[in-house]
Amino acid sequence: MGNFGIKVQRFIDVFIGAGGYNKVLEGLGNTIMIAVIGLIIGVVIGTLIATVRVLPKYKRLPRILNGICSFYVGLFRGTPVVVQLLVFYYVLLPLIGVKMTAVSVSVCVFGLNSAAYVSEIMRSGIQSVDPGQMEGGRAVGMSYANTMIKIIIPQAVKNILPTLGNEFIALIKETSVVSFVGATDLYVAFNYIGSNSYEFMVPYLVMAIIYIVLVLIISMLIKIMERGLKKSDRSR
Amino acid sequence: MIEVVNLHKSFGDNEVLKGINLTINEGDKVVVIGPSGSGKSTFLRCLNCLEDASAGQVIYHGVDITDMKVDINVHRQKMGMVFQHFNLFNNKTVIENIMLSPILVAKKANKNLKSEQKKSNKQIKAETKENAIKLLKRIGLEEKADAYPSQLSGGQKQRVAIVRALAMNPDVMLFDEPTSALDPEMVGEVLEVMKELARDGMTMVVVTHEMGFAREVGDRVIFMDEGKIIEENIPDEIFNHPKNERLRDFLSKVL
Repeated sequence: MGNFGIKVQRFIDVFIGAGGYNKVLEGLGNTIMIAVIGLIIGVVIGTLIATVRVLPKYKRLPRILNGICSFYVGLFRGTPVVVQLLVFYYVLLPLIGVKMTAVSVSVCVFGLNSAAYVSEIMRSGIQSVDPGQMEGGRAVGMSYANTMIKIIIPQAVKNILPTLGNEFIALIKETSVVSFVGATDLYVAFNYIGSNSYEFMVPYLVMAIIYIVLVLIISMLIKIMERGLKKSDRSR
Repeated sequence: MIEVVNLHKSFGDNEVLKGINLTINEGDKVVVIGPSGSGKSTFLRCLNCLEDASAGQVIYHGVDITDMKVDINVHRQKMGMVFQHFNLFNNKTVIENIMLSPILVAKKANKNLKSEQKKSNKQIKAETKENAIKLLKRIGLEEKADAYPSQLSGGQKQRVAIVRALAMNPDVMLFDEPTSALDPEMVGEVLEVMKELARDGMTMVVVTHEMGFAREVGDRVIFMDEGKIIEENIPDEIFNHPKNERLRDFLSKVL
């Protein structure tokens, strides 16, 4: 441990002197961007999937759509995200002949991946609303869609939002695999500093701290949001 | 008004209703009694198609509403229903609970009017609200208009649920054990509202365990057991001169 001071000095030299902070900012930006846009894509597609999955299944069309959606969810939840990333980048894109940057591919894959998880979060959120609420709406002559939009979903959101926050944390952490296709994220940035200073202890330590701080900040935001939701419960 | 023809309902292999035939005329107060599991709640829920009948017909104002091609929402708007567990909308205030569906109906009707007869959304809302407040006054809960359901007692919730159904101007009111989930001291206030409705001439179908109510308000009592109507008569005959063995047995347990 005696030479820890020297290691820190080397890290600072590369971080500031050799412009390592640019790389770190780029990596941090990409990490956050992939997680944020991925979650947004996930929420949009996930909402569609969840809608299909809670639909009553008397008729044939909802049944077919439901089959497709549950296949999708099974596929994306049943394989590691690294595998999805690699298959997308090295198999699917060359096959259809489309060129995309590593970061865009990562955004897409994380979006499609989180859609599977988000759809399950939403489905269970909707299904945890008392079925009597739907019956109450239908009994006064409201349509299924109207009851869903005005009664069920507003109540489901309360169950969904905190869990969605957890999904965001999971996404932030999982993005650390995008270097597999060559996208610059936090790992790549600190790896770059390590390689240039011939010293990996401090860079990886700082990287870990940044991840922890990121996650702590998001957890705090979720807690504040949860408290807000509970408050509106109590004031009732 | 409602004619039930050979109504069957099965859940999987379990046949809950085994051929029910019943005619309900305008102004009738029909009370359905029977042991639990006799199918009386299922029967009531089939009347407004909350449960789809497996076979048979429910003819309401001349239309078979079990037909999947019928727009059931239009018919449900004229059949009020009150549930054992109230089923008030938890995310809406009392007044919003009452106004929600009437506003949707009024807006839809408004669309089909000629432009000079059209009302503004504001006007529709004001009229609906006026009616809702009138209904709340009728049950003495106008000061609870802006409360949420979770702030009400069980009896208050059920009274609000009754006027929510009344706000649609229904032709018939269906009651599914409306007092079974209430604390004993709150049963009276709900029954009082129902009796008042009956006095006003509302057509009512009531599934209940309140034998006193059945005797006082019902002009026909139906005893159901094992998915069939076993005995159907005026209250006096049912309670004082029961003919069927199972009805006698049931009455000896509940009276």
